[in-house]
Amino acid sequence: MEFIDYYKILEIPKTASESDIKSAYRKLARKNHPDLNPNDENAKKKFQQINEANEVLSDPEKRKKYDKYGKDWKHAEEFEKANQQNQSQGGGRSQQGSGGFSGDYSGDFSEFFESMYGGNKGSSGRQTKFRGQDINAQLQLELNDVFKTQQQTLTVNGKNIRLTIPAGVENGQVIKISGHGTPGANGGPNGDLYITFTIANHSKFKREGSNLYANVDLDLYTAMLGGEILVDTFDGKVKLKIAPETLGGTKVKLKGKGFPVYKKENEFGDLYITYQIKLPTNLTEKEKELFTELSKIRNNGN
Amino acid sequence: METNNLILIEQFCIHHNIEFSFINALQEFGLIEVIIIEDHKYLENEKIKDVEKMMRLHFELDINMEGIDAISNLLQQIDNLQKELISTQNKLRIYESD
Repeated sequence: MEFIDYYKILEIPKTASESDIKSAYRKLARKNHPDLNPNDENAKKKFQQINEANEVLSDPEKRKKYDKYGKDWKHAEEFEKANQQNQSQGGGRSQQGSGGFSGDYSGDFSEFFESMYGGNKGSSGRQTKFRGQDINAQLQLELNDVFKTQQQTLTVNGKNIRLTIPAGVENGQVIKISGHGTPGANGGPNGDLYITFTIANHSKFKREGSNLYANVDLDLYTAMLGGEILVDTFDGKVKLKIAPETLGGTKVKLKGKGFPVYKKENEFGDLYITYQIKLPTNLTEKEKELFTELSKIRNNGN
Repeated sequence: METNNLILIEQFCIHHNIEFSFINALQEFGLIEVIIIEDHKYLENEKIKDVEKMMRLHFELDINMEGIDAISNLLQQIDNLQKELISTQNKLRIYESD
């Protein structure tokens, strides 16, 4: 545990007046408030430090103790006892507090603070009942996992939550589970749980929304003369007829063979296939002869 | 009309120890929607989180109604841009080489 320089955190000199502290605190709080910096862990951490610094420096008693013992804070309690001035700082909230934050964000005071002031947190001035903090969680899945609706049990904050993951969830999509955040304070409602899905795609298909895209190789002869091929879709194979003289880059749409549409049962996007012509390699002498013959018939190759 | 998903504003104000005029001001600025059923004013449960955020901005950061309005619009824009960014990133994945 290290000494924390609250003056440095609030960017003020040790001689700062009460109004200087208030003004510095307000300025930094506006800059780093979690409501103004959503999903920014650094801002949240900085805000907690500012809050803690303000908690100490804006309270004359706490400031006095902090200034008196400074870096000898570890022995503060011993000194206090020796001086028989053991004034407990614990207990309820002060009504003449620092104007600190009472919301979801004021928790998590440092060990240094807890050690010096016995864990007495807020002195907000308002006896508010707050809803619990929202929890943001990430769930990593494979594309295969979201082709069908499935149930998963997640453990969040030590509690098991049975979650239905609808087919067709998108990468980056956020699902809200009401009331599964942290419990409310002073009788307030629970926060919500927000799950962000990260969908890894290791399949041969590219996905855009509910449409899938894939490249399919065609051998030269099937491309030239036509025929039938078996093509992989996401949930099986389909037989496709290839028209004679099919060109490389030709696109074919397989309707309803794409990905499930989110929260629309039995509705699927389309699968777009792009043909890529594979030319034969390692030609035999006989093949070379025949291709040479062909080239004489159509000498520019087109 | 059912009030299951609504919270009585009066109750909300007592709960949070705030004046009714604050909620009125938010409504006047078009920041919240107040639902009136049989002379009682309600907020949607879903919107409580937003109202609490506005409370924090106002009471704890000294931000006035105009400021809350501007911040709410900007936060909404950030949210929309983030969604757009994710959607664009997902589209770009189609063109990424294997």
